[in-house]
Amino acid sequence: MEVAGQLASLGCQVTLIEKEQETGGHLKNWYHLFPDRRSSDEVAEYLNKQIDHDNISIYVATTILQMERKNRTFIIKTDHGKEIYADAVVVATGFDLFRSERKEEYGYGIYDNVISSADLELMFRKGELKLANGKTPGKIGLVHCVGSRDEKVGNRYCSKLCCITAVKQAIEIKERIKDARVFCFYMDMRMGGALYEEIYREAQEKYGINFIRGKVSEAGVTINNNLVVKVEDTLAGRPLKMELDMLVLMAGMEMSEGGRKIAEMGGLRTGENRFFAAADNHYGSNNSNIEGIFYAGTCTAPMTITETISHARAAATSVINYLKSGKS
Amino acid sequence: MEKFGFTLSKGRVINYDSNDRSIADYILQMEPSFRSCIECGACAATCTAGNFTEFSLREFNILMKRGENDQVREHIRKCMLCGKCSLVCPRGVNTRNVIVLAKEAFQKSESYAI
Amino acid sequence: MQFDPFVIPFNIGLYFILFYAVIRSIIWFRDLSRPDKLRLQRGFFGRAFGQSLKEIFLESLIHKKILKTNSRLGYMHMSLAFGWFLLILFGTIEADFFGEKHLNPPYKSIFFRFFNPDHGRTELEAAYAFLMDIILAFILSGLVLAIIKRFSSKVVGMKKTTRLKTIDKIALTSLWVIFPARLIAESLTSGAYGTGSFLTGTLGGWLVTFLPAKQVAYPFWWLYSLSLGTFFLLLPLTRYLHIPTELFLIFMRNSGIRTGDKAGSFSEVQVYSCSSCGICIDQCQMNYAAGINDMQSAYLIKAIRNNEDTSMIAHNCLMCSRCDQKCPVGIELSAIRMIQRRSVEAENEFKNIWKGYFRKRNNIAQEKVNGQPAYKYLPEINSEKADILYFAGCMTHLTPAIKKSMIKILDASGLNWSFIDEEGGVCCGRPLMLAGNDKEARELINYNSQLIWKSGAHTLVTSCPICYKVFKESYYIDVEVLHHTQYIKNLIDEGAVKMNFLHKRVAYHTPCELGRNSGIYKEPKDVIRHVAILENTGYDDENSLCCGGSLGNLKISHQKKHQIALDAAARLTTKNPEALITACPLCKKTFLSATETRVADIAEIVAEAIITPQARKRQYQHSLSVKESADIS
Repeated sequence: MEVAGQLASLGCQVTLIEKEQETGGHLKNWYHLFPDRRSSDEVAEYLNKQIDHDNISIYVATTILQMERKNRTFIIKTDHGKEIYADAVVVATGFDLFRSERKEEYGYGIYDNVISSADLELMFRKGELKLANGKTPGKIGLVHCVGSRDEKVGNRYCSKLCCITAVKQAIEIKERIKDARVFCFYMDMRMGGALYEEIYREAQEKYGINFIRGKVSEAGVTINNNLVVKVEDTLAGRPLKMELDMLVLMAGMEMSEGGRKIAEMGGLRTGENRFFAAADNHYGSNNSNIEGIFYAGTCTAPMTITETISHARAAATSVINYLKSGKS
Repeated sequence: MEKFGFTLSKGRVINYDSNDRSIADYILQMEPSFRSCIECGACAATCTAGNFTEFSLREFNILMKRGENDQVREHIRKCMLCGKCSLVCPRGVNTRNVIVLAKEAFQKSESYAI
Repeated sequence: MQFDPFVIPFNIGLYFILFYAVIRSIIWFRDLSRPDKLRLQRGFFGRAFGQSLKEIFLESLIHKKILKTNSRLGYMHMSLAFGWFLLILFGTIEADFFGEKHLNPPYKSIFFRFFNPDHGRTELEAAYAFLMDIILAFILSGLVLAIIKRFSSKVVGMKKTTRLKTIDKIALTSLWVIFPARLIAESLTSGAYGTGSFLTGTLGGWLVTFLPAKQVAYPFWWLYSLSLGTFFLLLPLTRYLHIPTELFLIFMRNSGIRTGDKAGSFSEVQVYSCSSCGICIDQCQMNYAAGINDMQSAYLIKAIRNNEDTSMIAHNCLMCSRCDQKCPVGIELSAIRMIQRRSVEAENEFKNIWKGYFRKRNNIAQEKVNGQPAYKYLPEINSEKADILYFAGCMTHLTPAIKKSMIKILDASGLNWSFIDEEGGVCCGRPLMLAGNDKEARELINYNSQLIWKSGAHTLVTSCPICYKVFKESYYIDVEVLHHTQYIKNLIDEGAVKMNFLHKRVAYHTPCELGRNSGIYKEPKDVIRHVAILENTGYDDENSLCCGGSLGNLKISHQKKHQIALDAAARLTTKNPEALITACPLCKKTFLSATETRVADIAEIVAEAIITPQARKRQYQHSLSVKESADIS
């Protein structure tokens, strides 16, 4: 959306093709965003204003069936029978969340009260943080690196923002349930963004959130149907057992299904992490292996919203430069 | 006047340079994936033997890599080779082979024979 | 008496190999255990005798099994084996019938054409010469294939073929020279005398036009004899020892002798029966899916024969038994590999070539580690009393969906059951056994046996085939051991649990430990058919694939395992089933990360299909209300 807005305001005619019923991607499922806990709706509003432009035509609930290139023109066929001609293409297919049932030993979909970080955000949006039986949870655990940094599910890479999300959500839980005891089970604390480390400190100092270094190997249920996790407290050097009311799995990011299809269709190269491979890691991160096709956002790698928007603006500049070079 | 100096307690310190890391070297040579361990502890958490006794593969790995082999020698035979550790390791370390090789290495080196 | 010095190499070779075969057989027989000796003796005089002869004809000569697997490879083996047999048979008849005497030394039949160059002029003789030529042509056609195969295995449809040592290469060359030498020698002699049939006569006729045939023939007869003699002399040092050994193996096997836990006569006979045909390499998933091609059974056997250190290669195998099933000689490859896993390092490779004729067999180790028990730390045994025990096993704890489903099914059966390792139990012991640590495994087996005995149960149900196999074969407990698919089948047959039909198209993956290694094929499929639509995958029953996740392989890296899993999963889901059904938690875990198709255990779809008592009540009430509203009395 940001790319479209930027290009439109710079004078291009933009056609925005969206697979779902609405634009906006995952943003509408989030509640408050890190680092400053502002509402995601505000960002959504900003983006919606960006695409509210005469130069932009939007097609929703539309899938791309074919993408061809003839000379310097791209011909895109949609499932509604439309044919769209373009001088340049920007792929911004985003990401899919790792489906936590694939990590079966954590019990997602098997035990009650094992939820994903996305499920928790939805609970925040609805304003209710309750267990399956309606009671308020007293002890909540968050498991980092679910679907990331894990050979066993085929994702070696780090999804980058689940650590900061875990800390954010831990704080949000504490704000709603004052007496809750919140535990984050991590392998590393990856706090590599502006204000992240400060939030981590705040979580410890102001909110009393407990951080336990150890990868949870499995979750189970006790006789009383309470959740129990098995983890090695690596810093204490001993095994640790804990009963919990609720377990939140920090699901990682994966290449989107739609993006994969586009990659096949257009002959676009993907990396070992299955995301699109940028032509150059430093000064060409918006370029694909095909001239005239550009990338914007998380379709190339896990990114925060801030980075996505910056990346989108860079994509717009790349497109403009490309179009200029073509005309001359 | 008493000596007012800075002395480390010799018992606790890991004397990295003088420690014998031949066990870990043997394992590293025969099982390259041993290098990838990040000490996350998933193996120890899920361990079948760990349910009944003191047995942490994570701890043994780090001790062997530092050359502190005595503790490992005492406990290494407790493994039932069930394979749960290999199944949860996020780095894909072939943990069963690490244990079998460790036992072999201990057996071969006289000073550590078990 | 017809004689010529050139037959001497042949005679030396022949009498040597016959003498060697007799001595070797005596040694093998002597080393058998007493019961096996009796078995073998009975095997020579009972019905087994006829069976053995039939098998010798069908497998050692015709190579029917290889023909079925790979027709070009089979033809190659058949032409050489059966063809040579026919040559000897009909040659002997020829010599006895047409020769001067009726009982001739062997060399007379082999070199018949030399000693009877005038033979072939009458109609009967010509017809016979025609027959001999056909047989020779038959052999030569296969020989051509064999030569091409050595340089390009794709010609016989094989992706990989066995590597050879120097002695093997010399023996191979002498084998290859035998028949062309015979062809040329016979042709030259036939050409000189104007006899011979369509092959030898024609070739001879052409050669005679520019060569002094009679003189040139003589060195070729020498060559023929020398190549035969060399081949026979070297035979015991090479893989061609399989020719006589396989015969002995067939008699032993049909007498009921089986490979045990230790190396012995039978395991040695099997090792020498391997012809290095390469089918085990070709069919091995580690080879074609992961590119690992230096540890397959043929290589293991070669290493055993040469007294090499097998410790690396022995443990690098999925133990899926696909090679056992495909081996045309019927060698118990997995059992032999297990023997190697149990032993310590081999003695040094034999340096002296003469030692090679009578190699010392590797003995089973003393204890690999010290004799102290390893699992003293296990707690005292307190078993809950129950009729039926459910043992989930280590792996099932990492696939809780299976646990949950089993609990639902066992509850629905209404029987008195107990979840014996709910809090995480003691490993069944099979992973230790697979690694060759029988003694340690026995400690765990004793512990679990006590646990089971103290519970007073009469049935033990397990959802893991690895556990099932060890409970069934190595535990000495007085309970009925059932895999959960068998147990569910019983429930269905007795009508104890009612199930809906799920109308889903599914494919079934037979786990190696359940299928080939335990022989259970029917029950799982019956259970699936009861609740869903089962589609064949082309890899059914004994032909099933291995998921690659095996605990049997100690050495393979995770990445290679994943490659095998990806390949297997792709092959199983070509028809796009709605779910891939397995009966093993390890298979499920392995396939989960290898395919987008839903992977579920049999217990899961059964649990989905079960009509619980409450649900049944609701269904009944619903049908009542429908009847009421429709006013049906």
